[in-house]
Amino acid sequence: MSAVEGIEAQVAEVTAQLPRSRGPFRPRRRPALWRVSIMVIVAGLYLIILLSSIKFSLISASGKYDLSNYSAIFNSADVRASALLSLEIAGIVAAASVLLMLPTVVLVRLKLPRLTIWMEALTILPIVVPPIVIVAGLDQMRETAPLWLVTLLFNHTITALAPFYLIFSLPLMYRSIDTGVRAIDLHTLVDASRNLGAGWWTTIYRVILPNVQTAVLGGMFLTIALCLGEVVLADLLNLPTNTFPVEMIQFANQDNAPGVSVAMTLLSFLFTFLLLFVLTFLARRRGHRTSGVIS
Amino acid sequence: MLPFAVIVVAFLGVPLYYVIHGAFSTNTGGFTLANFSAVFSHAQYLRALRNDAVLALWTSIGPAILGLWFAAAIVAGNPDGLLRRIVASASGVLAYFAGAPLAFAVIASYGTLGTVTVLINSLFHVNLTNTFSTASILGVGLTYFYFQIPLMVIFVTPALEGLRPEWEEAARNLGATRAQYLRRVAAPVLAPSVIAATLLLFGSAFSAYATALALDGGTIDIVPTQINLALSNNVIVGQTNVGEALGAEMILIVAVVMVLYWFVQRRAGRWLR
Repeated sequence: MSAVEGIEAQVAEVTAQLPRSRGPFRPRRRPALWRVSIMVIVAGLYLIILLSSIKFSLISASGKYDLSNYSAIFNSADVRASALLSLEIAGIVAAASVLLMLPTVVLVRLKLPRLTIWMEALTILPIVVPPIVIVAGLDQMRETAPLWLVTLLFNHTITALAPFYLIFSLPLMYRSIDTGVRAIDLHTLVDASRNLGAGWWTTIYRVILPNVQTAVLGGMFLTIALCLGEVVLADLLNLPTNTFPVEMIQFANQDNAPGVSVAMTLLSFLFTFLLLFVLTFLARRRGHRTSGVIS
Repeated sequence: MLPFAVIVVAFLGVPLYYVIHGAFSTNTGGFTLANFSAVFSHAQYLRALRNDAVLALWTSIGPAILGLWFAAAIVAGNPDGLLRRIVASASGVLAYFAGAPLAFAVIASYGTLGTVTVLINSLFHVNLTNTFSTASILGVGLTYFYFQIPLMVIFVTPALEGLRPEWEEAARNLGATRAQYLRRVAAPVLAPSVIAATLLLFGSAFSAYATALALDGGTIDIVPTQINLALSNNVIVGQTNVGEALGAEMILIVAVVMVLYWFVQRRAGRWLR
């Protein structure tokens, strides 16, 4: 046994006798079976579909291994247009959602805490309201509402989808921002800012926003993910142009090229995952807990 | 406050109003209950409702158990570790983005030409497609697991983080075993949050249509499919109003689930804040 190993063994013995402390000095124990087993199950579930999709996306229509599915994505003008359209919608909705929810959450926390439970109830609704029911309602609206309103909303894909995606984004944005705002000393910040002569607009966007940056970004990225994946409204409302996920469905169902759909899935998944993954490092540097931000 | 209220009313309230209004209207706009009597008497609609409820039941309870177990395993680990970050970001992406895209990942794995199907066929000479199709209720349900588990992780992680280590230490000091602590302290504190999260999963599975739309063009026999068929039916007069009535039926069921959720969630707030 070398000297270093001896010291290590000794340290291990001493630390093993120390009372279990929390934080970074907790002695390393063997992970328990109940933890390892579920991690293996879940990792297995997702690795199977991830690896299968990668392999599947690399097989061309003629059965050979190549990158033709990926080049089909980048060469198709329709796909490029749909990707741009989806990113545009995602950007608009994410920005609008922050503009709407940040002042609302701050106001409720500061002045109207009685409304908190109503906000929670209202903002959980879009998770369970069936998108197909929204489609049914809009269908009815198209038949009976005044014509100017119908053309204003449904003549362009962005105006038809963005308002409803904004509703779908409320649960994500509310919970993200609320977690962020709860972690800062809101009263002091607002009082200080107001005493120095700042108006409400300045207070919210130049004092509070930088303090809840990670939470806001978390909400925005989840909103982007949502906009890039939503298909029920985008597909069934019979809109003038296709969004990215609708294009994805058409490759599989109409064009009989599921390989391209799977390649599009992988690319968009990678994009949104990286957005959120980078965010977790940002969150750590600012000393916030990430799990609360992304929820 | 005002802009928030206006937007919720305009873009959530108005579509729901049109559904309910349409459900009680004839195709010329008069009042009727015929749409509802069609919804509750025709065998095809009742079958779709039963299929949807059964599907939502097993795709909420199964993922709830797996998700709770997995979240507990993650929370017990290092809060700043790489694993925690990957799980946090992946569950966000999978839960919110994934209805349709996940369907293609499932096709690529378990579909007719899917990697797993082909692999099993060449290894064991068993053709999975004889017994399992991704374009069936079972296939759709399997896909639901892939976004319901992350959704459960997102919903229960705050509750699990709210379990104080002091409670376990106190219980241990009073002579409790770990099993006793789990059964007498952790389980009662967590139960309302877990039940509430499971109810949300049920609602989300019951309402989902994106997966079915992507997997097979939206033809499996659940309520959203019947709504879609009724809405796009231009042959039978008044059929769209039956679609609206089916929509109203879904709203009603989701509302019941949400009321239950509300009561359970209020209990959850007692210990975990």
